[in-house]
Amino acid sequence: MAIDNETIRHVAHLARIDLQAKELERLHVQLHEILGFIDKISNLNIEDVLPASHILPISNVLREDIPHTSLTPERALENAPSKKGNFFSVPKIIE
Amino acid sequence: MIYQTVIGLEVHLQLSTKTKAFCGCIIDFGRAPNTCVCPICLGFPGTLPVYNKEALNSAIKVALAFNCQIQEHTKFDRKNYFYPDLPKNYQISQYDLPLSRNGYLYIYRDNKPKRIGITRIHLEEDAGKLIHEDGQSLVDFNRAGIPLIEIVSEPDLFSPQEAFDYLTNLKSIIEYLDVSDCDMEKGSLRCDANISLRKAGSLELGVKTELKNMNSFKGVKDALSFEVGRQAELLDRGGDMVQETRLWDAEKGVTVSMRTKEGAKDYRYFPDPDLTRFHINQDMIERLRLKLPELPQEKLQRFMKEYSLSEYDAKILVSSKEDARFSEECIRIYPGKDKKLMVNWLIGPLLSEANSRKVKISELNITNDELISLIGFVERGEISGLSAKGVLSQMIDSGKSARELIIESNLLQVSDTEELSKIIESVILENTKSVDDFRSGKTNALMFLVGQVMKKSSGKANPKIVGQLLSRRLTDA
Ligand SMILES: [Zn+2]
Repeated sequence: MAIDNETIRHVAHLARIDLQAKELERLHVQLHEILGFIDKISNLNIEDVLPASHILPISNVLREDIPHTSLTPERALENAPSKKGNFFSVPKIIE
Repeated sequence: MIYQTVIGLEVHLQLSTKTKAFCGCIIDFGRAPNTCVCPICLGFPGTLPVYNKEALNSAIKVALAFNCQIQEHTKFDRKNYFYPDLPKNYQISQYDLPLSRNGYLYIYRDNKPKRIGITRIHLEEDAGKLIHEDGQSLVDFNRAGIPLIEIVSEPDLFSPQEAFDYLTNLKSIIEYLDVSDCDMEKGSLRCDANISLRKAGSLELGVKTELKNMNSFKGVKDALSFEVGRQAELLDRGGDMVQETRLWDAEKGVTVSMRTKEGAKDYRYFPDPDLTRFHINQDMIERLRLKLPELPQEKLQRFMKEYSLSEYDAKILVSSKEDARFSEECIRIYPGKDKKLMVNWLIGPLLSEANSRKVKISELNITNDELISLIGFVERGEISGLSAKGVLSQMIDSGKSARELIIESNLLQVSDTEELSKIIESVILENTKSVDDFRSGKTNALMFLVGQVMKKSSGKANPKIVGQLLSRRLTDA
């Protein structure tokens, strides 16, 4: 399966990654190879293989509805690049 | 041109568990910002979410109450997008294997049931809260990770009123299940609506708009009504409908296009590798089914049968779980013969007191015992229905007992025949013409004479007894 530059730019935008022309070129080659590996799967007979959504053979892992101790706001906000009072602060996102 | 309106609703409901969906942070809306947060709900790298068992049980109960098929295999997926209220840059949700599918609920128009399909009910988590200020947006993650379920209806609703009825019935069922506050103003129930118009008779769906930002059921109805008008006008002019999201502006009463820079939504759903799959077996489903309470529709049928109520009366009483409980208690323990009198008081004076105070019947400041005592006075003919209504209002305002107020205001009707006979004699003497009229066959004259007796007794005479005494006295002589 071939991938074009437009698709790479779209995926980069979705991940909020700003690509330079050089990086785009390199990624084009790499993604092309990766998709090539995936193409191999379509040549295999996987009729009897169930789709996996988890690598371990476990299911129904649940927790009881019991409170734990939360962080203090000081601790929660400790590494925030920007804060105001008890709040995280980000550049304004609506007009 | 005549169009048919087609509406589908998406309802997001906060489950009222003690703790969040994937961590043990408590859910409490009164807390200071960012005090109910931990590395898991803040999306720190290396943390592992584990789903809340109580949330799963509640969600299955809701799915069962809406007649959904619980899926044997279900899993969580990541819905990827960037927004500052989302600490992980994805929301844990469900994509291709939702908890349940193919349910339905009924709405009623002119007593005719209409079945509204429910496409799916799935599990997801809430985002944080944003507060916008000058130059910055502030984020509180207390709400991030609260368990939600999304209830998606089929496009089976054909008018804003049907959408309103659907929401009302949905809320009533959820209230009975006691799994959510269902408070749209507090945000524990949120509703988005998809609406499109198509040429009457056509089977093909038109281009839809998605409506957001409604904060009451009436808001949903109003936004939909506005949209019906806007789309019809646009289509009549031959304009092109664009698929878009529009926000309801309740103050101006209009929907406004939400301009988005991004193209089509591209959430890149994929299975969340941090969470295991769930296998839900028949055993677990049946165990939860046994825990379901009597739901509104079943209660309605039972009320009609057990208390010989009309569908109309029963429907009023079961519309809220608490009111149904209060009313049933009153009807059950009312010692008088006339149960229907109690019912009429519940759906009449009591309901109008509740409506005028904007509360539920069960929230009024009056106990079952006090209400029963008041109705007893009415059934025994000791006070008139009219005075009893006044007493009811005063009881609620003052918290005083029915007996106290009736005696205080001297409202007991005079049923003592000796006392009444004296008044009757004087009325007969003063109204000889009416007496003659009655005797010559003008039966209407009796009503006039009863009225005179009532007047003389300052309204306290028992009109039924006065009528009996008067007609006996006039026919005997
Ligand atoms: Zn947490």
